[in-house]
Amino acid sequence: MKLEELRFGTELLKRGFASMQKGGVIMDVVNAEQARIAEEAGAVAVMALERVPADIRKVGGVARMADPERIVEIIDAVSIPVMAKCRIGHFVEAQVLEALGVDMIDESEVLTPADEQFHVDKTLFKVPFVCGARDLGEALRRIDEGAAMIRTKGEAGTGNVVEAVRHMRAIMGGIRALKGLSTQELIDRAREIGAPAELVVECARLGRLPVVNFSAGGIATPADAALMMQLGADGVFVGSGIFKSANPAGMARAIVEAVNHYDEPQFIAGVSRGLGEAMKGIDVHTLREEEVLQYRGR
Amino acid sequence: MGVRVGVLSLQGDVGEHVLAFERALAASSTGGRSPSVVPVRHAEQIPDLDALAIPGGESTTLSRLIERNGMYRPLAEFDGGVFATCAGMVLVATGAGDPRVRTLGLVEMRVERNAFGRQAESHEACLDVAGLAEPFRAVFIRAPVALDIGPGVEVLARVPRGIVAVREGRHMAFAFHPELAGDLRLHRLFLENLGV
Repeated sequence: MKLEELRFGTELLKRGFASMQKGGVIMDVVNAEQARIAEEAGAVAVMALERVPADIRKVGGVARMADPERIVEIIDAVSIPVMAKCRIGHFVEAQVLEALGVDMIDESEVLTPADEQFHVDKTLFKVPFVCGARDLGEALRRIDEGAAMIRTKGEAGTGNVVEAVRHMRAIMGGIRALKGLSTQELIDRAREIGAPAELVVECARLGRLPVVNFSAGGIATPADAALMMQLGADGVFVGSGIFKSANPAGMARAIVEAVNHYDEPQFIAGVSRGLGEAMKGIDVHTLREEEVLQYRGR
Repeated sequence: MGVRVGVLSLQGDVGEHVLAFERALAASSTGGRSPSVVPVRHAEQIPDLDALAIPGGESTTLSRLIERNGMYRPLAEFDGGVFATCAGMVLVATGAGDPRVRTLGLVEMRVERNAFGRQAESHEACLDVAGLAEPFRAVFIRAPVALDIGPGVEVLARVPRGIVAVREGRHMAFAFHPELAGDLRLHRLFLENLGV
C-alpha cells in the first residue's frame, strides 16, 4: 500500500460510518458513568451532552456545545463511537468537536441556533454529520449540504413520540409519492419541496433516502423505538428517555432489544415488563411556539 | 442445489452485505434461479447455512445481541464458511483484548479494535490483496487489525499497522468493508474458496 494513496473524509467513509450504526440505538449521555451504562446495554454510539434535552428545556437560556472536558471524559470512557451536538450554523463549534476526536457531529435544533440563514457546510469536514429533518425536502437539503445521516427531529425532551411519527411518515410518504413520476415531474416536485433535483431523482430511483435515516425526538419506551423501526427508521436515537426513566440500565437494554426485534410483539412485550416508570413527558400541544425545537432550522 | 448464504442480521450494514452476495451469486450461477441470500435473525437458522456473512457494525453491540439471541454456540460451532468484515473480523477472532467483546474463536488471531483511531482516521486505501490481480479499494472505518495469527492462518493483506485480511480454511476476515466498495472480487474469492 502506498501511503500517498490514503484518502480521508470521503463521502463513502462518512456514509459508510452511518451505515455501521444501522439497527442500533444511539443514547444521550452526560458523563462517563452514563456512557458506560449505555455501552454495556448495547448502544451503538453515545451522544455526549451537557444536559439531556428534557433538562435543556427546564434550564432555558442559550444551549451550546457541551464542555470539551465532558466530551473528552466520555470519549475516554467507552470504545463505541462518540457523537456530540453543535448549534445549527455554528461551524466553529463543529471544528472544535472534530478537533476533540468526536466521531460524528449532530448539527442540532436541540441547541440554540447560531445562524438563522445557513447550516454548517458539512462538506468541509472530515467527520460525518447527522442532521434533523421534518420532511423529505428538509432531509434532502441537509444531504445536499453534506449530511451523511438524517434523523427525524421529533420534539426532543418531551418523551412524546408523536412528532417523530409525524416526521417519519412525512419523509417516507414523500419518498413513496415519487414513485412512478417522470423525470420532468420529479424536477417539478423538487422545486415544490425546495430540494435539489438530482437528489429527488436519486431518492425516486432508490426508493429511500441516499443516506441512513434514524428516528429521534420523543422516544421513551421499547414500544416507541419499535414503532419508529416499523415506520421505516434504520435505527433510533434516545435522548432523555433513558436517563430520565426510573431504571436507566434496564430501559437502555430493553430499547436495544426492542430495536433488534422490532417486528416481534411477543418479544417487545417480554422486554417491556417490569421496567418501572418511563420518563414523565410533556404533551407537545401545551408547548408555547418558542419552546418548540423542531421549528429551528429549515 | 445452490449454496445457502446468510447474513447475520442483528445490527450493522446488513443490507449492503445481502446485496453484495446476491450480486456475487447471480454472477456465478449458470442460468436458472440464482440462490437467495437470507437475513439471519434466529439461532436455529445458523446450522443450515453453507456460508454466513458477519457484517460491520459495533462489535460490543453485536457481541451482546449474539449472547441475548442464544447465537453464541451455533456461531462458534458453525462449520460453513464465514465472511467477516470489520466488527465481524473482531468477532471471529480468538481474542480482542477487550472484556466488552466475547469473540467466537473461528479464526486463530488476536485483533485490536479501532486500531487506526477514531472516525477522523477512517480512510480509503488502494490495497494489494493475495489472490487478486489488481489492487482493491479498501474502505477502513474505525477498523481493527490482526496482530498475531495462528499457523493455519494465511495473510491476504497487510498494512504498516497490521494484518487487514486473512483466510483460515473456509473463513475469510477483512478489517475493511468489501461490501461498500462496489467490487465483488473478494466475495467471489470467498465463494470459490467454498467450491461454489
